[in-house]
Amino acid sequence: MKTSITKNKGLFRYKTIRKLFAAVFWLCVWQLIYFAVRQEILIVSPVHVLQKLIALSKESTFWLTAFFSMTRILEGFLLGIFTGSLLAICTCVSSMLYDIFHPVISIIKATPVASFIILALVWIPSAHVPAFTSFLMVTPIVWANVFQGIEKTDENLLQMAAAYRFGTVKTVRRVYIPSIMPYFTAACTTGLGLAWKAGIAAEVLANTPLSVGGQIYNSKIYIETDSLFAWTVVVVAMSVLLEWLMVRFMKTMGQKYNVEQ
Amino acid sequence: MMGKCKLEIINLTKTYNDKNIFDHFSLTLPEKGTVCLYGPSGCGKTTLLNCIAGLEPYDSGVIAGVEKRKIAYLFQENRLLPWISAAENIAAVLRGNEIQNREEARIWMRLVGLEGEEDKLPAQLSGGMKRRVAIARVLAYGGDLFLLDEPFRGLDPESKEQMISLIKQRTNDALKILVTHDKQEAEILADITYILSGPPVKIDKKIERNLQEVM
Repeated sequence: MKTSITKNKGLFRYKTIRKLFAAVFWLCVWQLIYFAVRQEILIVSPVHVLQKLIALSKESTFWLTAFFSMTRILEGFLLGIFTGSLLAICTCVSSMLYDIFHPVISIIKATPVASFIILALVWIPSAHVPAFTSFLMVTPIVWANVFQGIEKTDENLLQMAAAYRFGTVKTVRRVYIPSIMPYFTAACTTGLGLAWKAGIAAEVLANTPLSVGGQIYNSKIYIETDSLFAWTVVVVAMSVLLEWLMVRFMKTMGQKYNVEQ
Repeated sequence: MMGKCKLEIINLTKTYNDKNIFDHFSLTLPEKGTVCLYGPSGCGKTTLLNCIAGLEPYDSGVIAGVEKRKIAYLFQENRLLPWISAAENIAAVLRGNEIQNREEARIWMRLVGLEGEEDKLPAQLSGGMKRRVAIARVLAYGGDLFLLDEPFRGLDPESKEQMISLIKQRTNDALKILVTHDKQEAEILADITYILSGPPVKIDKKIERNLQEVM
């Protein structure tokens, strides 16, 4: 009897080649849509966007703009991680604190980002609005995931740690952190994407100086579709790069401290 | 040095989910030797061990003679940390510095016949191997009171024999409370066997054996 394995055959067994093929496929789709529409104001070709990107990258303000936007969003993201984790620990320890913070977190999760951005524009200087918005988006996700991670820590392992007199520090290091880590990593990955989306939206609405969002806003005002596409590509590229760096960092730390991702 | 005295359970009462687990249960255990608790599943043997270990609260009564003892507990399940290697699981319960602990853990791995398996994660080991790591861990931790809940569960006859001999060797001066469903295990190891039933837990029969015969 003949058996054939058709899965992962030939060139496509390599992950990189498969990914490259997917990218080329979507670029072709984009180009075809461009050919079909043929209106630069609605859609620009990938080649044109690349040319625009090259032109932009020759200016020092491009790099400064990208850098400052990244800094603002990272600031909100890191603050969100810290606050979310701290809240998760506090609400796990005290059910009173859980009852206090749970409605607030639920409200933040349900409220549209635009409402927060507009309110933040009233409350705080516009330069801080993107970081604040990113922070608000990340905090509930990290809180919910870390809280779940703590709650789902294996009771049997905790009992074992108590029986062998691990103490608080060792129990946290050996039992809690490895249990929480997969939840935390998932929260960071989702949170980073949201931080970018919300942060850039806040930059657009606040028209923050030296910001990617500000540039996107200007592109809309001056109907520069190529510029809008180019800056969007910049946002996507920075988001993907940061996510990749974060996952690498977490993997390295996980291997160093025997923590599963 | 830890003080040795009898372990006394006096009028222990515990209710769980409206179920009476202990109803004024009393038991006196010797300073050392092996006491076997033999009884059907669900009669409350593991709960009794948990109460002795201080891991489960009880409603009333006294458990005297555990305060000065170092308790080493081998749980019914292996309860190995899944994210660290077999040797690291043993090292995790040791008190020395990291290098000493690692070395000692390797020695224990050798003693339980798992040389070469030190760096494997628990998930990469068979059920019997995991049990041997758990046994190595409890012995490495050491103590005056060993709570052994179905210690040889999942072991093949040869490994079981090796583990019985290792436990006997390494816990000579300690009091061991052994929970088992296996009559043969009780006969080989125990100085005193209590046949229990319940819940609520009660002693149906006490079988004593001359200490000299076993040690």
